[in-house]
Amino acid sequence: MIYVVVGIAGMVGALLRYYVGVSIPTAWLWGFPVGTLLVNFVGSFLLSWFATWSARPSFPLWLKTGIATGFIGSFTTFSTFSVDFLKLLQHHAWKMALLYFLLSVFGGLLCSWSGFRVAKPTVRKGGV
Amino acid sequence: MSVLLVIIGGFFGAICRFAISQWFISRTKSFPVGTLLVNWFGSFLLGWLFGSDPGENWKLLIGTGFMGAFTTFSTLKWETVQMLINGEKRNAIFYLVLSYCFGILFAYGGYLISR
Repeated sequence: MIYVVVGIAGMVGALLRYYVGVSIPTAWLWGFPVGTLLVNFVGSFLLSWFATWSARPSFPLWLKTGIATGFIGSFTTFSTFSVDFLKLLQHHAWKMALLYFLLSVFGGLLCSWSGFRVAKPTVRKGGV
Repeated sequence: MSVLLVIIGGFFGAICRFAISQWFISRTKSFPVGTLLVNWFGSFLLGWLFGSDPGENWKLLIGTGFMGAFTTFSTLKWETVQMLINGEKRNAIFYLVLSYCFGILFAYGGYLISR
């Protein structure tokens, strides 16, 4: 049952990613893969925000797994990053490849960290 | 038609990733081996697909749909952030280096094999 939920949520995630890719053509910004980067940034923020926010026993597990693993997991992609990076190298766009790599590594981390901080702004001193 | 291909691929890609990560989570608690393998394997296959150039429909079904949903970026980042929160800085760097270096190498390997 949970597999079907993950699959259906995965369909929605993949479809949304596809639409972002179609609406942001790579010709935009000299072939820089903005679409993949955007999808991965937004997804990284959403996942850590959602995982932190929904981390309580009362939140139904099937819904949590469906949204986190199914929807957001499928919305973001790593394989497209790897191949996008290779394509940039193949076109000898060294600077753009380096920029894409650094943005993906550190920008992605920053987005993920921000999502966590938004869901859990401060830990008060003295507990709670 | 394009939409149908993407969602069919996405359905199975997400389920496969979930099944693999569940299998590994119950066996390796300290390191996210499941996500790592999924991202490596997906990068290899997408590199292979990119090199073999099988036509638009296959690219949508297997590339955008299946491999796109099978591999994940958000989980990789969230797992890294959790390591950093827990003070496991070395693990976090190790995880990132493994993911990116071998992910790109595997994509290149797949591309070379298909030529």
